[in-house]
Amino acid sequence: MSHSHAHADSHGHDAHGHGGHHAHGDHAKYPFLAHHFDTPNQQFDSGKLGMWVFLATEVLFFGALFVMYAILRFKNPEVFSYSANYLNTILGGVNTCVLILSSLTMALAVRAAQTNKKGMLVTCLALTLAGAVGFMVIKYFEYTHKFDVNLKWGINFYQPVNDAEKAIVTTEPKPVENPVLAITSPNPSAGVETAPIVATPAVDRSAIAPPKTGPDGVSTVAMVEKAAEGTHGIAPEASAHLVDPAMPVNTHQFFAIYYIMTGLHGIHVVIGIGVIGWLLFAAMRGRFSSDYYTPVDLVGLYWHVVDLVWIFLFPLFYLIH
Amino acid sequence: MASGTSHAHHGHGEPHPLVGHLVPYSTLFATGFALLVLTVVTVAARYINLGEANIYLAIGIAVVKATLVSLFFMHLRWDRPFNLLVLVGSMLFVILMMVFCMMDVGQYMSSQVPGNAPEVQKYLDANAPFAPITTK
Repeated sequence: MSHSHAHADSHGHDAHGHGGHHAHGDHAKYPFLAHHFDTPNQQFDSGKLGMWVFLATEVLFFGALFVMYAILRFKNPEVFSYSANYLNTILGGVNTCVLILSSLTMALAVRAAQTNKKGMLVTCLALTLAGAVGFMVIKYFEYTHKFDVNLKWGINFYQPVNDAEKAIVTTEPKPVENPVLAITSPNPSAGVETAPIVATPAVDRSAIAPPKTGPDGVSTVAMVEKAAEGTHGIAPEASAHLVDPAMPVNTHQFFAIYYIMTGLHGIHVVIGIGVIGWLLFAAMRGRFSSDYYTPVDLVGLYWHVVDLVWIFLFPLFYLIH
Repeated sequence: MASGTSHAHHGHGEPHPLVGHLVPYSTLFATGFALLVLTVVTVAARYINLGEANIYLAIGIAVVKATLVSLFFMHLRWDRPFNLLVLVGSMLFVILMMVFCMMDVGQYMSSQVPGNAPEVQKYLDANAPFAPITTK
């Protein structure tokens, strides 16, 4: 408190109008200038610094997930090169362009606000909003398609998609009869020290014969062939991953990190839709000018970071060679 | 402060903003165009087999794109250097975390049990006949 008193004395109690400093003039001249700032420039820079600190926490937030991504990919590179075939590069690429263009219109919106072009500001904000909504619409189609074929996280990834797949499942031997389990289960007679936990023997999967035909005349072999077809570039998204013999171990981990990272990014886009919509509303009411456009500038910074995150997500998920 | 706008010389005939920097249209459109071109380049690079280098090329292009966005769209080129320090500082901490985590994972890689977790494998054996039963 004593500090603020000293401050007010030295600057002539600027908020209440006596004293000869520039601060008094600025407050009378600029109604948007908060009483705890001396000049519009100081207010603008403070707001911007605050936004940058928030964006730094966003970088750390996503950064932790990028570390998680790197660990998973380092441990199971084959999972990532296999699973990327299930993502639609066209839709991902279109979404990248949509976000870049909306970033451009956001930068143009800031410029329009800086130069008092209200019509252009409203148009650019509307275009940015349209880009954000368009991104989510495309993402919706991507997600719903994956959900339809059970490309999900965790154990849901291994649920049969349709009756044909379910029929195959029911013809499988019971777990207790499975030779794999007999090998991998620890031997109770062996001591803890001698249990060969590291030296789990690799089992030749060809030793386990798939059933020749399922019920209702469904040919398992045909389904496997169909799935294999898909992995050779015809329509990877159309093939059923569950009956694909080429599917690597731990493939579900890819979809877990995919949904976490694109989902968190999607939440940011939804928040962006909200704040850009609010900006649009405020801009139409003429709240911004070349004197005061800080909200446009700060929301712009946020929106560019959303774009930045996607610039990294796109190649890391959709463009794995 | 009028001095705060003295560096904004672009767009003669247009009102100068009271604060901040006015970026010329040409710069904004050139940045947007470069970003779209680099997007096409990074998609094309996916189909070139460079082995290990593919991911580094993809990340490299993404870093260039991120630099363009932050310098020109986010005004860091003209902004106070402290804002740049905040951004770069946060990125350095992410890299620090990444490096230590990868070193740790690398140390333990050889001692990891291959394959799915036992409970997952049990489920797969019962419910997903063509799901993987072993590594590689």
